[in-house]
Amino acid sequence: MSAQRLKRWLGGLPTHIVLIGLCGLWLLPTLGLLVTSFRPFQDVAETGWWTALSPPKGAAEYAEFCAACHGSDGKKIAAADLTRQELVQSYRRSFTLIAALEKEINGRPHLGDTPVPDEFQAAAVAAYLRRISGIEARPRFTLDNYTDAMTGYRGTTNYAADCAAGTQSLDLFCDWRDLGNPRGMGRAFLNSLLVAIPSTLLPILFAAFAAYAFSWMHFPGRQFMFALLVGLQIVPLQMTLIPISRLYAQLGLNGTFFGIWLFHTGFGLPYAIFLMRNFLGSLPQELFESAYLDGASHWTAFWRLALPLSAPAIASLGIFQFLWIWNDLLVALVFLGGEHPVLTYQIGNMVTSLGSGWHLLTAAAFISMALPLIVFLALQRYFVRGLLAGSVKG
Amino acid sequence: MAAQAEQVPSIMKQGRATPWAYLLPALIVMATFIVYPGLNTFYLSFRNTGNTGWAGDNCIAGEPCWGAFENYRYALTSPVMQTAFGNNLKWILLMVSGTVLLGLLIAALADRVRYESPAKAIIFLPLAISFVGAGVIWKFVYAFGSGQVQIGLLNGLLTALGGQPVSWLTEPRINTVALIVVGVWMWTGFCMTILAAALKNVPTEIIEAARVDGANEWQVFWGIMMPQILPTVAVVVTTMVINVLKIFDIVYVMTGGNYGTEVIANRMYIEMYTSFKTGRAAAIAVVLIAVIIPAMIYNIRRFRAQEAAR
Repeated sequence: MSAQRLKRWLGGLPTHIVLIGLCGLWLLPTLGLLVTSFRPFQDVAETGWWTALSPPKGAAEYAEFCAACHGSDGKKIAAADLTRQELVQSYRRSFTLIAALEKEINGRPHLGDTPVPDEFQAAAVAAYLRRISGIEARPRFTLDNYTDAMTGYRGTTNYAADCAAGTQSLDLFCDWRDLGNPRGMGRAFLNSLLVAIPSTLLPILFAAFAAYAFSWMHFPGRQFMFALLVGLQIVPLQMTLIPISRLYAQLGLNGTFFGIWLFHTGFGLPYAIFLMRNFLGSLPQELFESAYLDGASHWTAFWRLALPLSAPAIASLGIFQFLWIWNDLLVALVFLGGEHPVLTYQIGNMVTSLGSGWHLLTAAAFISMALPLIVFLALQRYFVRGLLAGSVKG
Repeated sequence: MAAQAEQVPSIMKQGRATPWAYLLPALIVMATFIVYPGLNTFYLSFRNTGNTGWAGDNCIAGEPCWGAFENYRYALTSPVMQTAFGNNLKWILLMVSGTVLLGLLIAALADRVRYESPAKAIIFLPLAISFVGAGVIWKFVYAFGSGQVQIGLLNGLLTALGGQPVSWLTEPRINTVALIVVGVWMWTGFCMTILAAALKNVPTEIIEAARVDGANEWQVFWGIMMPQILPTVAVVVTTMVINVLKIFDIVYVMTGGNYGTEVIANRMYIEMYTSFKTGRAAAIAVVLIAVIIPAMIYNIRRFRAQEAAR
């Protein structure tokens, strides 16, 4: 490497350090979530997720106090095989273990010159013994949290174990029907789809018609109406919730999918029309003129010309609207509530009711994030384009 | 854009009713879901709970009362709303400056490296997930164990360095800041994307010329690039102010507005759906829109000016 290249490389180094550092910082919280969602629930409560790959709890204490005589795998002394469950069973707890270690063997202290471990160390050793003996064997990573979250399991172990033992709660069937459990993420996932897909398609269709009229039709007050419509983007969501939920209460639309579709359609329209109008209006005029000369009606021009050509705008709009609805909590909370729980609602509920059930919460959160992440990574281009096209959305 | 729209080819003229057939579905839905509720909220903000009389009807003689504006007295002067205003101000100051500065920094740095798009995608990613998901992610980062073990990343780090664990979300002096960090994490990608696009539009000839004249990178950035992207920075700042004023989900999921973390939008939700005080909730909504409108008008003007210049 020449001196000049080295100098340039060194000059760019701070840029790389800062940028990569920031990216790491940005990923770290999500990484913690992902790792935790795959760890057995006992581990999640016992150790931080960053220790997921390090030796299990008690390994260090075992090495310190026991490994010299019993061997690193616990099998060195056949008469006191530490992987035998019957043996370990009687030393499950720290105090029984300490008592055993304080006893003398053949007239000499059990541990020789080493002092007897304190209760925290003993508890760690006991935990380690339970693990290697198979009493509490568990894999480093598991999919159990996802099954539990999908089925809405709320017991003290996990869904698979309860079902195998036949001790599941009364609302579980232990077959595919559990995916429909109203407390589960499986049901919520379906509800989120049922909310998001029509609420994305409807405003785009309505907006396309309106935008076509604004772009390629004559009628009095066209400019004025369009300006008014852009102005409607100002109205914040919060402003519309109260009257609509009162109206819905009278019409019996609270807690129905139809009600939430209509609300999202109404609220998404100003921005959708604005974006579609800007796109349709920028298409070459000759295109529509020649279509019209060839005898096409507006109806034909709309379906055959305008709609196919505005595919990029529709893609941007569709992604935005879909993600916005998929991720929305407020509207779902107000208009659907517990009637048809969507993902965000379900997680919000779990946060307040579960407190520290991190293994379930992390899995649930990741289930809700999976689709947006796929959509974003696959269609990033349209996403960014839509963002740049209309950064004034209210 | 306006000039071009005037020139709808005359050959494409149509019957009088046709445009309305295309417009009506959208107009009806918007009238029902935006215009009517907007006006109705305004009306309700002067009514009492249950909409049976004016807001001032329930006033008790001798106690402070603003008559028909009674709900606004609550929305503007009650202690809990004062807290909310204070917190929203904190949110605006810290989150807007945080997202814009970090967004600018990342946009400028990413422009110089070969892994630009993956780096940007990583920063952008949080924007694709829900506030609720982000709330869970960060609640876990902030997790506080009262016993020996700390499973939250931040407290794990603190105790590893020999410090005492902190209850980040309940400690009144730091919890709002802890929530704002979540907001910054989510929205920096938004600012970065728009600012990066603006940076790319700065003509390269000017930059090259400055470099030839001996300007260093620092001078190029502040002297050449910043003035060029200043209008975009203004739009990003106002957009972020609007977003921050409406912040709800993060607070709702992470603290529920407790421990002194209340914000305006969360208060509105609580008044409406926990206390069932419709009038108060409506007044808070009106206050919210009153604060937002100036920023919104500024933004739309700017946007139209940009469109016209394009």
